[in-house]
Amino acid sequence: MLQLYGTRLTSRLLLGSARYPSPAVLAEAVRASAAQVVTVSLRRESAGERAGQGFWSLIRELDVRVLPNTAGCHTVKEAVTTAHMAREVFGTPWIKLEVIGEDDTLQPDVFGLTEAARVLTGEGFEVFPYTTEDLVVAERLLEAGCRVLMPWGAPIGSGRGLNNLFGLAALRAHFPEVPLIIDAGLGVPSHAAQALELGFDAVLVNTAIAQARDPVQMAHAFAQAVTAGHAGRLAGPIAARDMAAPSTPVIGTAFRS
Amino acid sequence: MKILVNGAWRETASAELAAALEELGYGGAVVTTALNGEFVAARARERTPLADGDRVEVLAPMQGG
Repeated sequence: MLQLYGTRLTSRLLLGSARYPSPAVLAEAVRASAAQVVTVSLRRESAGERAGQGFWSLIRELDVRVLPNTAGCHTVKEAVTTAHMAREVFGTPWIKLEVIGEDDTLQPDVFGLTEAARVLTGEGFEVFPYTTEDLVVAERLLEAGCRVLMPWGAPIGSGRGLNNLFGLAALRAHFPEVPLIIDAGLGVPSHAAQALELGFDAVLVNTAIAQARDPVQMAHAFAQAVTAGHAGRLAGPIAARDMAAPSTPVIGTAFRS
Repeated sequence: MKILVNGAWRETASAELAAALEELGYGGAVVTTALNGEFVAARARERTPLADGDRVEVLAPMQGG
């Protein structure tokens, strides 16, 4: 069973809550996905509209664990302050730490990320850092007190799948005991299955589900893919080879002398 | 005095953050606040004085990925 900072989870699909066509579709997609963890964020609240109040009621009714993010933060200071604010509002020590370093790719600023992670773990936060597949950065994040890592598959919202299979496989192999969650860039259920087959512990999906023509059906499809990928991993995949190997026994083949 | 609330200038007669939030229409809302880039916990708002030109952030739960 997946364990994140001591919390046991039966679902290996974490869901983002943004970009759905409506709150009702979001709620239905969460149910269809069977996800137990949903990411949330903080934004400026208008006193007149109070949009955040309705959203928060909706999330609470879903009976899921929330994982607040620091999306949009570009500096250590912004990310740390946002984490403090999120802990107060959401009442959880969990924080998906994002420190963005580059706007075209939304690539993490791994230097700021490790610094912010060190500050926050020191203050009792349970940090889920959004990082790259870089092994050295991963090591630094673990040294900073992170017990879960969230490497990207591809740039956020790009739907490209696992861009660097070699790097991700190396990350998995280097840190066999650390829960690794592929965060960002998945486009279709097979990408999620592939991540689990590679040995990743879970995936976090938002845009691929929220922006699908039918988000609820896509949520269900991702849930199935994650289950299938994990089962495939446990079953022990064969090694790929370059040449054919006949699957039908060749002994006793007719017409051959 | 004038304070910058979520990026917009607002006039307030309140001397502390807690009163200003009420005055600005946030009474009873689930929000979290920062003053000049520093987090101000809900319990500290009543003893957080405001000054002309202060930057106040009032944030609430929102969709996120």
